[in-house]
Amino acid sequence: MHRFANPARFLAIARPATSLCLATGLLLTAVGLLSGLFLAPPDFLQGDSFRMMYVHVPAAWLGMAGYSGIAVASAALLVWRHPLADVAARAIAPAGALFTALCLVTGSLWGRPTWGTFWEWDARLTSMLVLLFLYVGYIVLANAGDDRERASKSAAILALVGVINLPIIRYSVEWWNTLHQGTSVSLTGSTIDPSMLWPLLVAALGFTLLFAAIVLMRMRAALARTRIEARLKRLAEAV
Amino acid sequence: MNPWPFVIAAYALTIAATVVMLLASWRDMRAAERAADEVRKSR
Repeated sequence: MHRFANPARFLAIARPATSLCLATGLLLTAVGLLSGLFLAPPDFLQGDSFRMMYVHVPAAWLGMAGYSGIAVASAALLVWRHPLADVAARAIAPAGALFTALCLVTGSLWGRPTWGTFWEWDARLTSMLVLLFLYVGYIVLANAGDDRERASKSAAILALVGVINLPIIRYSVEWWNTLHQGTSVSLTGSTIDPSMLWPLLVAALGFTLLFAAIVLMRMRAALARTRIEARLKRLAEAV
Repeated sequence: MNPWPFVIAAYALTIAATVVMLLASWRDMRAAERAADEVRKSR
């Protein structure tokens, strides 16, 4: 892992990876969403409203995966003090916040025709809202003050403390009596019919690649700005 | 209740927000890398 934490080595991989993630992500997302809209059969209970699953579930997965990524990068920053870990965590945060917000909004739109309400203070919905607040807190802390190193450390500590919310989200539907349905897809299998499942997996993979493309582009921009700062500093010292 | 307006709204919002973030990140990256190249060349 340390080998790839070198910015020059990272950029050599990130440049081709960005285009690859972007192109493949756009293609798979389009295939997954169009198949979810037009090829998957209507659900016997929910009818066509279940089609919101194809945008809601990938958004939820990416909101949680993004926060896990920030936590891993934050741990790497605090333990090894590697600047690339900080760049990665800061690049993931806005994308993760966006997908968490999309999860909440699309869930709300799904809730109205299914539960008869846009919002309920239910354990799953509330813990997802807490995740959005954690993202906002991370972004605010990481950009607070003039001392970047100190801001990064404070944000990293918040990210690690906030990890406790991830199992709460995951098991909220089991620990509490909630309106939200239980887990339908896990690593060991799925309760969803294959005709409805495959577009979900394709869309989720597509959105994951787009998420990766966003993170890679944001990291490349941050590294370019660091190079400019370093160059200008050297020029100023030479004068 | 007809679910289609909700389905269309969810898809439109997700696609629009993802595209906006992709474009903003791409523009930011291009501008930063171009500026870094110019600074590197200006000796």
